Amino acid sequence: MDGIRLAGLRKTYATPTGPVEAVRGIDLDVPAGQTVALLGPNGAGKSTTIDMLLGLLPPDEGSVSIFGAAPSEAIAGGRVGAMLQTGGLLRDLTVRELVSMMGALYPAALPIDEALSVARVDDIAERRTEKLSGGETQRVRFAIGLVSDPDLLVLDEPTVGMDVETRHTFWLTVRAFAQRGKTVLFATHYLEEADAYADRVVLVARGGVVADGAPTTIKSMVGRRRIRATLEGVGVDELARLDGVDQVERRGVSVELSCSDSDVALRALLGAYPQARDIEVTGAGLEEAFLQLTGDEVAA
Amino acid sequence: MNSLSYMRYELLRTFRNRRFFLFAWGFPLVLYYLIATPNRHVHDFGGSGVSAAVYVMVGLASFGAMNAMLSTGARIAAERGAGWNRQLRLTPLSPRAYFRAKVVTAYAMALTTLGLLYIAGATLGVHLGLRDWAAMTLLLLVGLVPFAAIGVLLGHLLTSDSIGPALGGVTALFAFLGGVWFPITSGVMHDIAESLPSYWLVQASRVGVGGRGWSGTGWAVVAAWSAVAAFLAARAYVRDTQRV
Repeated sequence: MDGIRLAGLRKTYATPTGPVEAVRGIDLDVPAGQTVALLGPNGAGKSTTIDMLLGLLPPDEGSVSIFGAAPSEAIAGGRVGAMLQTGGLLRDLTVRELVSMMGALYPAALPIDEALSVARVDDIAERRTEKLSGGETQRVRFAIGLVSDPDLLVLDEPTVGMDVETRHTFWLTVRAFAQRGKTVLFATHYLEEADAYADRVVLVARGGVVADGAPTTIKSMVGRRRIRATLEGVGVDELARLDGVDQVERRGVSVELSCSDSDVALRALLGAYPQARDIEVTGAGLEEAFLQLTGDEVAA
Repeated sequence: MNSLSYMRYELLRTFRNRRFFLFAWGFPLVLYYLIATPNRHVHDFGGSGVSAAVYVMVGLASFGAMNAMLSTGARIAAERGAGWNRQLRLTPLSPRAYFRAKVVTAYAMALTTLGLLYIAGATLGVHLGLRDWAAMTLLLLVGLVPFAAIGVLLGHLLTSDSIGPALGGVTALFAFLGGVWFPITSGVMHDIAESLPSYWLVQASRVGVGGRGWSGTGWAVVAAWSAVAAFLAARAYVRDTQRV
């Protein structure tokens, strides 16, 4: 099955202070069944890209193909579900009624009870939509996004406004849905979300793709891992000469090695100083990768 | 796809809205009893040849129904404010089915308003022949077409903040210039009135009290307003949905 293809997407907005290039040439191929995170700071062009993907916004240049069809065709066929960045719910209906109302528009919608339970809103199904908390509203919007049983689910910053616990539960529901063989594309500026829940991370900054790969690949691209160890009586200069080690800092009895290749460095360290103990190897995390790749713009 | 089901929920949520009860139904009813009750024994209201209970009932029927139709705009503006139209664009719901749901809902509200006013009239002793009821109601329904389009148009042009005052003003102007509150029979005011759909709505409601209905001009004016407003509403919808 064809996946999602964005080719040469560009979009410039006219603003009072002159034209702003929100998206300057984004190319992306997502095979069917993959879960992809668009990770980037606010204003990176994620939402504009998503709006073009969904056909809500015509691109200035470039093209979008969803499972081999134009966005409007894919949407007409009920193959796309989405949770946009902003949006409320229709009031004066219960959660069940609203999800049923939307489900009625699709050719092969999920049974309503199933949609409610996948999105974990079955417990609030009989509540009126105007009486929900922010997190509950997001979950209902998620239920609306998946009620059509879409092949592609698009989530634009879905967990904004959720607390950590709710966020975690939310991603479990997304993952459960993705495991049905669905393609999921989500935008986020939470690094840990992209890291923990995506098969693949696409870093977006200033309207373009800066890096694209598995979360671990993104980390190795910037190559930073740290080794901490308790090691007395060895000079900083000697440690810095070990293979794979770039920089060394000593803090009392412990040393911290910043490594270009932590595997090599660890072998060298233990070979030369078997007395080293309390060894700890930590990844740099996406936060650091993000900083290095996107320069000065930082979010979250 | 089942857009009928969508419409059913649209109706359900409209009729559940308490503000709707209050303003679309309560307001005309309260006005009716306020004006008609003290004059219930007046059998020739203001020289009209009909009783106050009848005269005020048909006047408020046109006003209340017009109000009900235009209030579609307020609901559309609120939905747009919540980003709901963007969500709808991600569904297979066609613009045609969307408009149909809006117009059917508006008509359901207008018909309920009419029905309540008829019942209120009956409590004050209004008796009209079945043919008069039917003729009046049918012509009113036709006369409401331009207001359905104007409601949709305003809903897509204005924000949820500005729609309230705008609808208030539009309704008041249409009612005043169309002769809802007092008869306009001659002069420049009459010429202006004759070019407004609200004037013909009032004439439609007068069918219930022996009015002659619409002249050729009436049909032409209603048709022209319907066509222009529907065209502008469709354009506003397209423009609205292009926006980011």
